[in-house]
Amino acid sequence: MKLLEYEAKEVFRRYDIPLGASVVASTPEEARDAFTKIGKPVVVKAQVGIGGRGKAGGIKPADTPEQAYAVAKHILGMRIKDLPIRKVLIEERLAIQHEVYLGVIIDRASKCFTILASREGGVNIEEIAAKTPEKIVRQNVDPLRGFRSYNANGVAKRLGYDGKKMQQLGDIIQKLYRVAYEMDAEFTEINPLVETTNSFVAADARLNVDNNALYRHKELEAKYLESFEGELTPREMEARAMDLTYVELNGDIGIIGNGAGLTMATLDTVMLYGGHASNFLDLGGGASPDRIGKAVEFVLKDSRVRALFVNVLGGITRCDDTAKGIIEARKKLGDNKPIVVRMMGTNEQEGKRLLHGAGIETDDTMEEAAQKAVKLARDA
Amino acid sequence: MKMKLINKDTKVVVQGITGTQGKFHAARMKEYGTKIIAGVTPGRGGQEVDGTPVYDTVLEAKERHGCDASIIFVPAGGVLDAALEAMEAGMDPIVLITEGIPVRDTIELVARAKQIGTTVVGPNTPGLIKAGESKMGIMPNQVFKRGSVGIISRSGTLFYEIAAHVTNQGLGESTCVGLGGDPVVGLDYIELLKWFHKDPETRAVALIGEIGGDAEEKAADFIASGGFTKPIAAYIAGRAAIPGKRMGHAGAIIQGSTGTAESKMNALRGAGAAIGEQPVDVAKALKKVLG
Repeated sequence: MKLLEYEAKEVFRRYDIPLGASVVASTPEEARDAFTKIGKPVVVKAQVGIGGRGKAGGIKPADTPEQAYAVAKHILGMRIKDLPIRKVLIEERLAIQHEVYLGVIIDRASKCFTILASREGGVNIEEIAAKTPEKIVRQNVDPLRGFRSYNANGVAKRLGYDGKKMQQLGDIIQKLYRVAYEMDAEFTEINPLVETTNSFVAADARLNVDNNALYRHKELEAKYLESFEGELTPREMEARAMDLTYVELNGDIGIIGNGAGLTMATLDTVMLYGGHASNFLDLGGGASPDRIGKAVEFVLKDSRVRALFVNVLGGITRCDDTAKGIIEARKKLGDNKPIVVRMMGTNEQEGKRLLHGAGIETDDTMEEAAQKAVKLARDA
Repeated sequence: MKMKLINKDTKVVVQGITGTQGKFHAARMKEYGTKIIAGVTPGRGGQEVDGTPVYDTVLEAKERHGCDASIIFVPAGGVLDAALEAMEAGMDPIVLITEGIPVRDTIELVARAKQIGTTVVGPNTPGLIKAGESKMGIMPNQVFKRGSVGIISRSGTLFYEIAAHVTNQGLGESTCVGLGGDPVVGLDYIELLKWFHKDPETRAVALIGEIGGDAEEKAADFIASGGFTKPIAAYIAGRAAIPGKRMGHAGAIIQGSTGTAESKMNALRGAGAAIGEQPVDVAKALKKVLG
């Protein structure tokens, strides 16, 4: 789950990470009041869950309450990459001397949290990694010992700081790690961390929370669906609300499988035979006829879909349940789009018998079924 | 680190045996020949599930029956404690079937396992099987036949798909291990390749990977450096995936330019592995080499 900048900053504030004065506003009037409250030149920043907002015109300075009103009105009326802007953050403008990058990621290979830091902040970390990889300091966090003050100071030192600034920066790095750990972050970032004459201030904030850990962060659950706005298409949002694991693609062959690996392999095989999948839909394990029916209905309702390919390898998912779900959905929709089903495993014979009775073809191998699906979509 | 897998003598305790999944799969494992000795569900000690005695703690089960290994089906929020309990009672290996465990919990339990030298399989894994002897997992029994191909996979159903092809080609399987579909898991390809390299019952390996991370690339480097010299064939799922989208598994995501299927296929091909265009090709390639 991706938090917006102001939401991430609310978390950072709880951890005493230094921030500029800021106020969230949903209307131009609120933006004007925010300016008055802050009482110095500000920047008005669009709150949107995707990158590139600066380039899209979503970050603008304001020097008077009236300017704050006008700029906020403009930004609140625009869309960035098709997303409406519902809130802006009015934040005190900082005197930037230097920009530092700080991030905490999960290193899959080292199986731990890893601190990333660089003095080349202000651009994204992938850009830094591509241009000047030697300027990134990496520090793995020992999961059993934790990230201690000397580890944090060590990172600050390697960035070239010493004395008071090393301690200030070390303190912020340690706090950012605590945010990552305690908030179950998949990823958290301060970029840039602005270095002023005698201190540091976090000018931007990113925090992505592990979806599997949301039960530990009840305060976020209410915003869960909304947080996908930037990442998911409207169709994917709808699927998420139905608890379906669905990814929208550009083709015309609907794909439903059980298990992520098998479903991906199904897409790949369709592509290999010259077809294009309209989606990825993983039923997961042990889906009921009702759930399968819902999934089939959801994919068939997509007007782009010219044929549907269901690929089920029965283990805990039963082939007869799959057949029942497909037949039910089809009946409900009164739909005649061609369907190809490949099923193997638990209760396979019964599943095939049901499908054949309903006039739906089955295949024994994924390769044959994929070729058939490609042909049916082409001829439809 | 010494790595412990299973054989016909492994005595298994099932943590979470009174739940729907735990009960169902304990029965399937017994059918397959696994020595399911006891189950554990706190608060349900003294009961039985299909004739298997249930205890409140792993330690009690061990003291009464001398169990060696644990398979865990408890809900995601309870897995960290269940796994630490199993480690403390000396269970090895520990198989984590549960999906949806917070990554932070996995990081902690995997670090602890490394410290005390316990093998962790998963989380979000179908488990492991020694074909014809014993399984700690949820894979369908009928797919596997004792043979000479070792399988390492990040996914479940795709692993069964390829195992079925390997069986149909008349090769059969030796030991198969599901690594798990999460970003952080207990075992790597490399640890298993080392094990298979020495395993006298394994003549070749099928490696089943998918988009996300760089574990397959690291495995390729290991093979290229001469760490594994038996024949190997691989299939990588996710060529049709879109960058930035999670494809079902928490770990199956192309981030920036890392984790693509092409990068993994090229690396493995460069290391001398046969690359399957379709799942069935993996079995065909191994058949060609092994005869």
